[in-house]
Amino acid sequence: MAIEPMEGIVLTQLDHLANWVRKNSLWPMPFATACCGIELMATGASRHDIARFGSEAMRFTPRQCDLMIVAGRVVMKMVPVMQRIWLQMPEPKWCISMGACASSGGVFDTYAVVQGIDRFIPVDIYVPGCPPRPEQLIQAVLDIQDKIKRTGTLFAREFKNRSTFEGPRLNPATIPASERMIAPGNYETATRLQD
Amino acid sequence: MPLELADAIALPDSPEKDYLYTLNFGPQHPATHTTLRLILTLDGETIVRAVPDIGYLHSGFEKLGEHLDFNQYVTIVDRMNYISPVANEIAWHNAVEKLLGIELTPRAKYIRTIFAELSRIHDHLLCCGAAALDLGGFTAFLYAFYQREKIYDIQETAAGQRFHPSFTRVGGLMRDVDDDWIAKVRTFVKEFPKAHSDVRRLLDRNRIFIERTQGIGVLTKEMAINMSVTGPLARSAGVVRDLRKDEPYLAYGDLAGAFKVVCATDGDCFSRYLVRMEEMLHSLNIINAAIENLPTGPVNVDANSKVVLPNQMSVYRSIEGLIHHFELIMTNRQWKSPVEECYAATESANGELAFYVVGDGSGTAYRARTRPPAFIHFQLFPYLMQGHQLSDVVAVLGSLNIIAAELDR
Amino acid sequence: MADTERIAVVRERFDATASLLRGKLGSDVFTTSTFRDNCRLIASSDKVYVILEACKLHGFDMLADMSGADYLHYPDAKDRYGVWYCLVNTSTGERVIVKTYVNDPNPTLPSVYGLWKGCDWMEREVYDMYGIEFKGHPDLRRILLPDEFSSFPLRKDYPMRGKGERHNFNPILRSES
Repeated sequence: MAIEPMEGIVLTQLDHLANWVRKNSLWPMPFATACCGIELMATGASRHDIARFGSEAMRFTPRQCDLMIVAGRVVMKMVPVMQRIWLQMPEPKWCISMGACASSGGVFDTYAVVQGIDRFIPVDIYVPGCPPRPEQLIQAVLDIQDKIKRTGTLFAREFKNRSTFEGPRLNPATIPASERMIAPGNYETATRLQD
Repeated sequence: MPLELADAIALPDSPEKDYLYTLNFGPQHPATHTTLRLILTLDGETIVRAVPDIGYLHSGFEKLGEHLDFNQYVTIVDRMNYISPVANEIAWHNAVEKLLGIELTPRAKYIRTIFAELSRIHDHLLCCGAAALDLGGFTAFLYAFYQREKIYDIQETAAGQRFHPSFTRVGGLMRDVDDDWIAKVRTFVKEFPKAHSDVRRLLDRNRIFIERTQGIGVLTKEMAINMSVTGPLARSAGVVRDLRKDEPYLAYGDLAGAFKVVCATDGDCFSRYLVRMEEMLHSLNIINAAIENLPTGPVNVDANSKVVLPNQMSVYRSIEGLIHHFELIMTNRQWKSPVEECYAATESANGELAFYVVGDGSGTAYRARTRPPAFIHFQLFPYLMQGHQLSDVVAVLGSLNIIAAELDR
Repeated sequence: MADTERIAVVRERFDATASLLRGKLGSDVFTTSTFRDNCRLIASSDKVYVILEACKLHGFDMLADMSGADYLHYPDAKDRYGVWYCLVNTSTGERVIVKTYVNDPNPTLPSVYGLWKGCDWMEREVYDMYGIEFKGHPDLRRILLPDEFSSFPLRKDYPMRGKGERHNFNPILRSES
């Protein structure tokens, strides 16, 4: 009697295996720009010790990471850099937007600060707080582990389905057309030397 | 042609510069801690020229300062030098109170002094710990960070927020401290010297640490003065100048016997480290003297002066209290600042942290200029790096203690 | 009160300095004003370099701070931009603020790079934020904002939320990254 698995079953089981492996060894890429970066350091330091949850292997090159933690406000000049780092990370990858500034601009509703990074890169988990306590960040890591367990697939099909823009809609009506300006921004050249 | 530095370090005048190699450093790099970018021109591993490129965290603090009133803006200045937030609050309200002509109560002065010194320790701990971390000494960082957690606890006890307490208000403090807080500060004063000596024993005679910092990034006294350098950097280069002694503010006049100005003469990374480590102990002496002599009495100036919010009970129970509260909260009333401007400097952990406040008669600053020490110190970088090796970049960056949010504002 | 005593001492020293400078430069080069412990020399933009040079010779060897403001909506303001230089004598601790005003169009000031190298980035910042040009600065270009930015954000006629520059980038969708 030949045991032939029904179509689909094998895939599902491999998905489970992959998710289990992936969720317990998340390698964060600390994209730390401001205050939240110090809390991120505190999360990794003695008292809070993120190593308890398998995410202590922080790597500062995007090519070795699968979890980007955007900690702190992202400003106009930094957006192309952030997008480029996100593109450099290999699949599968997730993104945590840590703190009020990264999630929504926070208290900095000014000309230079991006009002939420989800306008420019896809975000999986938002962490509230200004800055969030280390416990909150650890909770976010646990949440993303849960999300990976629930939705992950072996060949990252779940990402392919997210083909629509997920951030808030821009409201161009707030700025009259005569006042609008073309601003800098090209992630292909932003960190290159210009001559 | 943006990435040129004018006269600092001219490239070698040879027709063939092909051997020079350009390296981009940052803006996302672990040793920059936050967001700095350097363009290094290398000859082998020797740095021929280093050009800093900043502004990757410019978020318009000073524009916000023109739109938020004196008490609201304190939450923003908190986020300026985020490794010693309270020092910024104290500097900001020091400037505002100078503009409005408010004399604090003794108790408020002492509590603010304790907080200023705690944040100096806070800042130096991270600076020394992270400098060691960048040079490969992870243990010292962990020791230092554990003490920072203690200071976070003290801040949390006083203000409710561990990181950005926003504790000061015009004319006083958000609320008075309690016995629990005093006990925590006393415990800290008792326990800190041990942790401090742990860090020192790890680093002071560590061959690797000394080799990588001694004689690196030498700052001369003349250069320090000409380049507007202040704080531990200037003191490590032999400039004997400390605003706590020279222009005493808060309670430093009373506590002048409790501390000395720590100076060095070498001006290299190692002496900057030594000055910072020694300053922590003197700060601890100030805290000790202040907490033992903490005056009693109110923490805010009299509510009838109409510069501080009255306490909650009088707002609910009396018509005067309610009116005072309204007068300060409604945007068309608030404080009546003189149509004048003033520059008020404090000695923060990094150097002279000053605010230049222009008042236009309302409760909002017309212009709130910050003099950020990190901005002024980072100008030094190309000069300090001249002729050093690539690996010295992190040593010098670590010793300058550049905070990007303060740098770019 | 210790503070009033200190202010009296500061002002006394300032009067001596001001009269010394007056003797050197002539009596109509600057006016003085004081507020709390801040002592100011106010001069027109074409005289300011002479005064700063004289101050440097007098012993003010450190430029502690330098910045500007836009007095567009300021009560009773006559000039558009003000620029101040906070000088310190590091050996005596004496401070003085030299203040000057410039106007549109093409606000221009002489650079003090030859006197204090510390002014390098501060002048660039003033240029970045207000568009005031410093003649003689070796490297005057934007420092905090990107080079392509075309406004001067701290001018009072520039809105706090900007003119849409901050959101002028292309989003990356999850399926294509």
